[in-house]
Amino acid sequence: MASAQMSFMKRWQPQLIWVLYGVGLLPAVWAFYQGATGGLGADPVKSFEHLLGLWALRFLILTLAVTPLRERLRINLLPYRRALGLLCFYYAAFHLAAYMVLDQALDLAVVLEDVLKRPFIMFGMAAFVMLVPLAVTSNRASIRRLGRNWIRLHRLIYLAAAAALLHYALSTKVLTPEQWIYIGLILVLLLYRGVRPLLPRPMPARSRAG
Amino acid sequence: MPAYRPPHIASKEITPKSAYLSRRSLMAASAGGALATLFGPGAAMAEALKAVPSPYKVDDKLTPKKDVTSYNNFYEFGLDKADPAALSGDFKPRPWTVVVDGMVAKPQRFDIDALIKEFPVEERVYRMRCVEAWSMVIPWDGFPLAALLDKVEPLGSAKYVAFETVVRPAEMPGQKGLFQSLPWPYVEGLRLDEARHPLTLLAVGLYGETLPSQNGAPIRLVVPWKYGFKGIKSIVRITLTDKQPVNTWQAANPQEYGFYANVNPAVDHPRWSQASERRIGEGGFFGAGRHPTLPFNGYADEVASLYSGMDLKANF
Repeated sequence: MASAQMSFMKRWQPQLIWVLYGVGLLPAVWAFYQGATGGLGADPVKSFEHLLGLWALRFLILTLAVTPLRERLRINLLPYRRALGLLCFYYAAFHLAAYMVLDQALDLAVVLEDVLKRPFIMFGMAAFVMLVPLAVTSNRASIRRLGRNWIRLHRLIYLAAAAALLHYALSTKVLTPEQWIYIGLILVLLLYRGVRPLLPRPMPARSRAG
Repeated sequence: MPAYRPPHIASKEITPKSAYLSRRSLMAASAGGALATLFGPGAAMAEALKAVPSPYKVDDKLTPKKDVTSYNNFYEFGLDKADPAALSGDFKPRPWTVVVDGMVAKPQRFDIDALIKEFPVEERVYRMRCVEAWSMVIPWDGFPLAALLDKVEPLGSAKYVAFETVVRPAEMPGQKGLFQSLPWPYVEGLRLDEARHPLTLLAVGLYGETLPSQNGAPIRLVVPWKYGFKGIKSIVRITLTDKQPVNTWQAANPQEYGFYANVNPAVDHPRWSQASERRIGEGGFFGAGRHPTLPFNGYADEVASLYSGMDLKANF
């Protein structure tokens, strides 16, 4: 059964990656449709911004979970990691665009002041800026060209995750249980990288794909 | 970080009171409750109020009633803005009494319906500016707090007024469970001159009907030149005192929330700007209906003199 599943996943991998992009972008399309047709409540811009940011965080968590899942539970999602990471980047870009266009009506002076004076916006912007080079170098050509430096560069995701976490935690009056769950997940995934050398050797992955 | 952890209230401390309250309301409601189940969705249903128009009226477009009653910060019912409307079904705003005590000549316990009969209810259209940088324009029905204070005759030594919200974990889901956002009861305070200002209102309704539970039924404070969190809801006690009362948000995070909390575009919240606000129900999705925030929320002519000579940056 499991091996049948594995071979199915392997056979249809390129298609499944495109399905992941399609399904992954559905929440953005749905939220935009709801917002445009009055389905996002009394403060639709805020709700839309919030939803996009939350999805960026969810894809960030999934991206960071790929390695521990592979090493500790022998679940190999490595072929999907680029798509997960790019979905995180797309949602972060939508989130930023919604803030600048819908919320601040492209008043760049206000946006600049926000970035310079508001810690929570500063951290959010820093996280986005760090995601840009990662997205730009996510293609195979860059991986080949950068060699070992590619791995070094992509460790920036940990710093971006920490900045995103602070952005999220500082944005509200009190931390909700929902926020604690996201913060906890990101902290565990970041901590995993720290304690990894102390843990028993990773289980060998079933397939060495990717 | 706003990671404030309130002390957990041991259940043995709260159960007797809630049991006592629910027993009493059960007895009082048993006769009427039977009728209500036959004829309507219960005692919490809004009833028409007889309110006379008042000159305290801003010209801004009213925020639609559905937004006023579905987008609320009332952490006793939950942290999401939709929670108060969705999770306040068990809340019983009748019968209700408000105790007014402390440094007064005639401390009294007032029945809510007697209060509504005794003081002429006025309709006042006020701007409401939340500390989270959104705003509404709401037609409140109520009477000046000063009228109630006159009734109990504050002593010359009284300098401040302290307010307290009801604690009913059985009816307010945000007040029970492991995760509690704030310590209860929610408390607030005003200087006596602020409390006596003609703009300071005790609201018992909005849009011509008794207050819905999510808006602070059956009686709440409205201080239009201050951030919305000063407008304490579901009040059970008002105490005159000579010491500056602690308010819940100031206790939770003194760097971010002060005692005065006057609306001030020049003093930013440490984590966000207060220069402008999103007017709820305006503009919609494309164009957020952003308005510049006005000093004292546009009520500077009426109230700025209360603070003459004060450093409003230090006393935020």
